[in-house]
Amino acid sequence: MSQSARNLACADIGRTESKAHAFRRFRMSSLWLLVPALGFLALFFAYPLTAIVLRSFEGADASMTLEHYEAFFSLPIYMRILWQTIEISLMTTVLCVLVGYPLAYVMANSSPMVRNVMLLMVMLPFMTSVLVRTYGWMVILRPTGLLNHVAELAGLPHFDLLYNRSGMLIGLVYTMVPYVVLTLFSVMRGIDGRLVSVAHSLGAGAWSAFWRVYFPLSLPGVAGASLLVFILSSGFYITPRLMGGDRDQLLASIIAYQVDVLLNFEFASAIAVILLVITLICFGIYARLVGLKQLLTSRT
Amino acid sequence: MDVNAPVKPNLAVRIVAWGAIAFLMAPIPIIILVSFSSAQYLTFPPPGFSLQWYERFLGSNEWVQSIWVSLQVAVFSAVLTMVLATMAAIPMVRGEFSKKSIVYAVLLAPMIIPVIITAIALYFVFTKVGLNGTVLAITIGHTIVVLPIAFVVLSSTLQGLDPRLEKAAISLGASPFVAFYKITLPLLMPGILSAGLFSFLTSFDELIIPLFLGGPTTQTLAVRIWNSVVMEIEPTISAVSVFLIGMTIVVMVLAGFMKRAFRWTGSGGPQQENSHA
Repeated sequence: MSQSARNLACADIGRTESKAHAFRRFRMSSLWLLVPALGFLALFFAYPLTAIVLRSFEGADASMTLEHYEAFFSLPIYMRILWQTIEISLMTTVLCVLVGYPLAYVMANSSPMVRNVMLLMVMLPFMTSVLVRTYGWMVILRPTGLLNHVAELAGLPHFDLLYNRSGMLIGLVYTMVPYVVLTLFSVMRGIDGRLVSVAHSLGAGAWSAFWRVYFPLSLPGVAGASLLVFILSSGFYITPRLMGGDRDQLLASIIAYQVDVLLNFEFASAIAVILLVITLICFGIYARLVGLKQLLTSRT
Repeated sequence: MDVNAPVKPNLAVRIVAWGAIAFLMAPIPIIILVSFSSAQYLTFPPPGFSLQWYERFLGSNEWVQSIWVSLQVAVFSAVLTMVLATMAAIPMVRGEFSKKSIVYAVLLAPMIIPVIITAIALYFVFTKVGLNGTVLAITIGHTIVVLPIAFVVLSSTLQGLDPRLEKAAISLGASPFVAFYKITLPLLMPGILSAGLFSFLTSFDELIIPLFLGGPTTQTLAVRIWNSVVMEIEPTISAVSVFLIGMTIVVMVLAGFMKRAFRWTGSGGPQQENSHA
């Protein structure tokens, strides 16, 4: 459209042409509008991150060294935490898709009223403070909490679901499911349901119509949501720290501990860089596989 | 075209879906219930009704002080974010230039990079210039964290606006600046305001930036909650939590109004519908 409008303007003479020029000039010069945001990000985001990368190579006498990375990769405890972070993030991702897929599926294929009610009930917790929701789960799961009270009344054994790996997984899955639901929902809304009815009319049962037609069409959403959840949970601090046990801590907790308690800033920087590299690799895969446009629709 | 009509989820799938909804909603009623408990400790079921935890929350200077700190930070960073994100969204949506996808990645990066990394990176830099512990430091940190979210909201609003409206104004003799100011900006206003609302809410709730960049006199509400949850799970937190849940609901309702206002301006209804997801 803009092309044809421009052609029209150029074909015309005099006044209209100068207007078209003014418009084009405005568009060209409107690039300066990026300067404040990019300048702000350069000063308070790119520069501090660069500083952290440099700091991670800094030795005792301000010389360049790899000692912090050597320490990280040679001490079994840090390797265990690294693998644990990857393992927990993968488990979270799988569980989130298992919980989120049916919800997004029903949401995308319900009447507008049911859909809006469900959307509201996904959005309300999603928009509520992570700290508040985590506190809510601690109230429910703690040894003398709601769950164990109900279990006692029902004559069930005592549940031990807080301050250990299960607690951490519950908290992580809980926090990440809305991202999966919203990402999948926006993909599923675009799936043409008539394809499924065509499959039916060609003799497919409900099960095979779903697995052979609908599910493959929703796979881009599954891929995008999975990568997003993996990225977000691998760097997550609040919920693992509050709901996990001391032995189940992830990279983010260790970074905070090195800064807060041990004041070992260089080592903390090295761990942060390792986490950053993991994140950026996943972000790169995301950008190649799903495209950044998807990120524009998955939030809010 | 109703693309969804022929797919009907069966009963079992619907039950699983509502189970997931129950899982997501569960903590909220529990917190509200506990906040009105008359017991001295967290017990189930609460023995009676009382407002003691609300009195303890709003009657405490420390808690009220931290609401004030959080408010300052949230308002400043929301305003700053609205300006930066609106300006950035215009060339990103309307402009055509090479390396656009790299600029996209840069603008969205703070959303992807773990906040803890951003927080300690800023902490190190601010230590050098003595900015740690100030409201300004937390505001800068939150602007970084919130910018991508505001940018996403604004880009999708701008995508729904017809650029021909601005073009028409220009061809009728308006200067590009006047056309933007009189045509595009008013149409964009609901998007700018809802971006501001989400920025405000995110900043108000965010913990990690103020945890590292704040000081003893600049403890935000989130930091104070964190400090008391890490030590023990006391019921005052449930009253604070209900306050925060209430604020979330207010923001969501206001954002809903913005969206409707957007529809009334008559442009891009369907696009806006999609951007919700």
